[in-house]
Amino acid sequence: MSNIDPILLLSAIIIVSTPILLAAIGELVVERAGVLNLGVEGMMITGAVCGFVVATLSGSPWLGFAGAALGGALLSMIFGILTQLFLSNQVATGLALTLFGLGLSALLGQGYIGVKGPAVPDLYLPLLRDIPVLGPILFRHDIIVYLALAIVLGVWIFLNRTRAGRVLRAVGENHDAAHALGYKVVRVRLMAIAFGGACAGLGGAYLSLVRVPQWTEGMTAGAGWIALAIVVFASWRPGRLVLGAWLFGGATALQLALQASGGVQIPIEYLQMAPYLATILVLVILRAGRAPGSLGRPFHASS
Amino acid sequence: MIRLERRPEPSRAWTVATPFVAVALTMVAGGLMFALLGKDPVEAIRTIFWDPLFGDFASYSRPQLLVKAGPLILIAIGLSLGFRAGIWNIGAEGQYILGAIFAAATGLAFYPAESWLVFPAMILAGALGGILWAMIPALLKVRFGTNEVLVSLMLVYVAEALLASMALGLLRNPEGMGFPGSRNLAQYPSAANLDLIPGTGLHWGVALALIAVIVGQVVMTRHQLGFRVRLAGQSPRAAVFGGVNPGWLIVVCMGISGGLAGLAGMFEVAGPAGRLGIDFNVGYGFTAIIVAFLGRLNPIGILLAGLLMALTYIGGELAQLQMNLPLAAIQMFQGMLLFFLLAVDVLTAFRFRMGRRAVA
Repeated sequence: MSNIDPILLLSAIIIVSTPILLAAIGELVVERAGVLNLGVEGMMITGAVCGFVVATLSGSPWLGFAGAALGGALLSMIFGILTQLFLSNQVATGLALTLFGLGLSALLGQGYIGVKGPAVPDLYLPLLRDIPVLGPILFRHDIIVYLALAIVLGVWIFLNRTRAGRVLRAVGENHDAAHALGYKVVRVRLMAIAFGGACAGLGGAYLSLVRVPQWTEGMTAGAGWIALAIVVFASWRPGRLVLGAWLFGGATALQLALQASGGVQIPIEYLQMAPYLATILVLVILRAGRAPGSLGRPFHASS
Repeated sequence: MIRLERRPEPSRAWTVATPFVAVALTMVAGGLMFALLGKDPVEAIRTIFWDPLFGDFASYSRPQLLVKAGPLILIAIGLSLGFRAGIWNIGAEGQYILGAIFAAATGLAFYPAESWLVFPAMILAGALGGILWAMIPALLKVRFGTNEVLVSLMLVYVAEALLASMALGLLRNPEGMGFPGSRNLAQYPSAANLDLIPGTGLHWGVALALIAVIVGQVVMTRHQLGFRVRLAGQSPRAAVFGGVNPGWLIVVCMGISGGLAGLAGMFEVAGPAGRLGIDFNVGYGFTAIIVAFLGRLNPIGILLAGLLMALTYIGGELAQLQMNLPLAAIQMFQGMLLFFLLAVDVLTAFRFRMGRRAVA
């Protein structure tokens, strides 16, 4: 334990938690609109491959991130059309989206295994980056880290301070009442699902362009599912989402640091279990708040 | 304008017809995908659906059909019970792995003693492994109200890590010259799960899958458990008033699905796979979810869906060999099948009507 640098560890937590935070904030909006999309893992991995391919072809990581958001949003529209227009079961459709996304990403990424993508530069923050301790932990990251936090703040403002956000919440709480008030339930939900897809795509691209950074099949390794767990953990509130993401990022970063330090006598396989066991533990310890009233229920105007 | 109108009752004709419509649509869309990949779509579809049964190498691939369909059907039958009751065990892959680990450990504990007791002991251990792993999400849901989808899924990743640790550590073949993986159980006569009729692929696990289909059908239509499951799925509140204990139902459904998944893992490790390696699990637990839905959560339907899905696996391997079609394309193909099924499913509960909405 002694040869783990706490500053490096805390800095790593921020990096590790960013993709989960991105995917989770998207899913939070989707669930606040009353839709349960279990396809986060599939959208994330599609984003990871889209981001990597676009960035490698264009040489620009920023185009890569844009491509990832677009890819995730497009994939989420399959889920949106099936669940909102064809009224399919949301659990089954979400699972299908994950299976489909895993296959699609493997197909798209065929020629890119082992290829080196373009580097994502850190955002240069003068003065701030030179603050002792806090500088290396908080102010020496790439722009996506800050973008993720900005999106969380934006979602909080949207949900709590804007009219459109209140409409979205109304749709999620009681879609029949929202419909009776004249709100377009299906349209609001489709937009929320697309936003969720774009965020999951960004999160996936962060994995393939910054964290790893290369493309390997199945590289999300459950990050999308952890994001879903964090939304429950956060009781569907953006503020607690950040805390949850850091907590899980902490479990992952710590086990990676322990692996690297080589100072502990625990086999790697058991250390690898840590983030998943931590997720379960947190789900057990923290009683979830109340879920949006219409979560997971299909909406049809006639019923 | 086209709009949807709810049917007074779900259409029986469409309930039966939708899987076939979905398969047909998947063939069209899949053919388009293969064409985009630069392959002859007709040849690809023929290689996947026709050649494994009637092609030049059919004598090799036909037994594989049962070998692949067996675990899919066994797992899907268990899952369908819970899915009908609204209990989502998504972690069958993990329960399958645990069943294999428990069974392999039991078999290897007896090695090299020969006794007829070894195989039954392995069966019991396999079922126990799956049940224990499924009890974690089940009991956590009953006691703490945690979400069983997330917990059972997290446990898949834990099970994969456990499998790796077993293959590299405790269960590694001491005579394996340091390579990962256990002894080959298929070469240990007391533990081997061989074909009941040589050359057909019909091993004990396939036989059990067929029995599970029959028992599943009887339970769903004739037994009180089936009634309770259907009641809980259709109306949880009515089920509680009808005397169904929700906690009890969760434990029973998760236990049955976990046990069957564990058994599938046991028969796989003792037979077709032979040994416990890092890459032992190939996603049967996830594909079984597609099988359960494709079979409309109905045992007979699952039997047919399992055979069809096994066909796409074998045909996919064939297409990979003969046409250089990437394996990922087959995965996508399977995903598409589920999408189309979910999409055409709307026809069972709704019908399309032309014209303007009637004034309510």
